Amino acid sequence: MKQQAEVVIIGGGVVGCSIAYHLAQNGMKDVVLLERSYHASGSTGRCGAGVRQQWGTELNCRLAQGSCRDFETLREDLDYIADIEFKQGGYLLVAYTPQQVEQFKLNVALQNSLGIASRFCTPREAQEIVPHLNIEPLMAATFYHRDGHANPFHVTQAYADAAKRLGVEINLYTTVTAILTAKGKVTGVRTDQGDIACRVVVNAAGGQAKLIADMAGVEIPTISERHQILVTEPVDAFQGPMVMSFHHNTYCQQTPHGSFIMGLGDPREPQGQEIRSSWQFLKDMSDKITAMLPPLRNLRIVRQWAGLYHMTPDKSPILGSAPELEGFEMALGFSGHGFMISPMVARLMAAHILTLTHPDLDILQRLTVERFTRGDLIIEPSVV
Amino acid sequence: MDNVPPDDTIICRCSDVTRAELRAWIAHGLTSMDELKRLTRITMGPCQGRTCRHLVMQELAAVTGQPLEELTPSSFRQPLKGITLGAVADWVAKEKQEKEV
Ligand SMILES: Cc1cc2nc3c(=O)[nH]c(=O)nc-3n(C[C@H](O)[C@H](O)[C@H](O)COP(=O)(O)OP(=O)(O)OC[C@H]3O[C@@H](n4cnc5c(N)ncnc54)[C@H](O)[C@@H]3O)c2cc1C
Repeated sequence: MKQQAEVVIIGGGVVGCSIAYHLAQNGMKDVVLLERSYHASGSTGRCGAGVRQQWGTELNCRLAQGSCRDFETLREDLDYIADIEFKQGGYLLVAYTPQQVEQFKLNVALQNSLGIASRFCTPREAQEIVPHLNIEPLMAATFYHRDGHANPFHVTQAYADAAKRLGVEINLYTTVTAILTAKGKVTGVRTDQGDIACRVVVNAAGGQAKLIADMAGVEIPTISERHQILVTEPVDAFQGPMVMSFHHNTYCQQTPHGSFIMGLGDPREPQGQEIRSSWQFLKDMSDKITAMLPPLRNLRIVRQWAGLYHMTPDKSPILGSAPELEGFEMALGFSGHGFMISPMVARLMAAHILTLTHPDLDILQRLTVERFTRGDLIIEPSVV
Repeated sequence: MDNVPPDDTIICRCSDVTRAELRAWIAHGLTSMDELKRLTRITMGPCQGRTCRHLVMQELAAVTGQPLEELTPSSFRQPLKGITLGAVADWVAKEKQEKEV
């Protein structure tokens, strides 16, 4: 392991690996990435793999839109050895209350103004898109055909492989235990394999990012929260889009591999680092999903697991510099949608760290941690 | 994965992974069961690795030179074999009914 670097990135999930790649791709020679386990062993490898552009804030729409463009050509751009399983089967978002219908109308207007060609649907039209959808209590839906799915393990590996080829040193099974500082500046990182001197550290530690911030004495208003998910046996393709309900707090998509992945947000979930899965989740999930998509009754459950959402008060990520510690950079607090926006986040973080220009850098500037002290929150209304 | 020589030996029947593909990923630098299963879906199918886990560990040991005993098997999850979403949903419905009585 190197003893000195220009930038040390903490976290080998999709965010850390994509930032490493874009730093190196923009000419930074001396980047080291540290991961306590293996790639995508954290939230990235536990996620629902959904990629959507139908968001309720301008910033999330733009982050997701730019990222989706990247996913479309990622395999070629990164010259990756396998398929990233990017599928654009669309997202169907369903509304069950008048308030949700109003929110959806606002969202569609916003999305359309940004070039995301989502559309508002009646229950009948929704059923044409997903014929097995139970439309009994449904009031409306929105659909965008270019939303979809990508394989988080392969996306992460693709960025990591490409970063390595550009000279990034990746150290797996290496745990950061302290951030070294002097006079309000980062001077290095301590790990269980030794110290590395550096002037810039990027905190991309996902569900553990708050623990890393604590090591540095940097304050961030975030919590980690368990979210659960399950996968069924693979069957022949019969559901193109992700079906997502903010009312039931559920999402469900058939992957290109044929299995169905589904998850559920539950306000009773514990905070902290707990990621064991529960029988209660299995019951709630089965109950809700079979009511919404009845033919899924017949699918066998293969596996259930859990991972962490790293939540901010406004459910938008925190990007950019920590005001109290020079050289401490952050890409964290993704609040359950960090996979799908990681390509753009990485481009912006690299531009910010290297002080390059980027047409979308205003996004990062508005997502810095100072927004919480300014009271300038970017509240995302449409999350599960 | 690209450029995998054809090799008919299927190691994981559930996920259709051949010995050649497995070896290619190991050669690419994946040195643990956990990493392999996540990139190839090996041992992740309906049988939950009952048929292939041992074969994969043997391959890993052979290629990496690690003794078999030192390889950490991936976390073994109970196969929920036979349980459908519908069966669980019916269970929930029954529970709700019983509560009402
Ligand atoms: C159930 C579930 C479903 C989700 N569904 C979606 C979805 O459909 N779409 C979507 O876009 N997002 C989804 N998400 C959110 C998404 O998974 C995360 O936002 C994203 O993966 C964050 O990536 P990351 O690289 O920041 O974090 P992680 O993948 O958690 O990576 C952080 C890494 O840092 C490492 N680390 C931690 N501490 C240390 C240390 N001290 N030293 C060294 N390394 C350390 C960890 O081992 C970890 O690998 C979901 C999340 C969950 C839990």
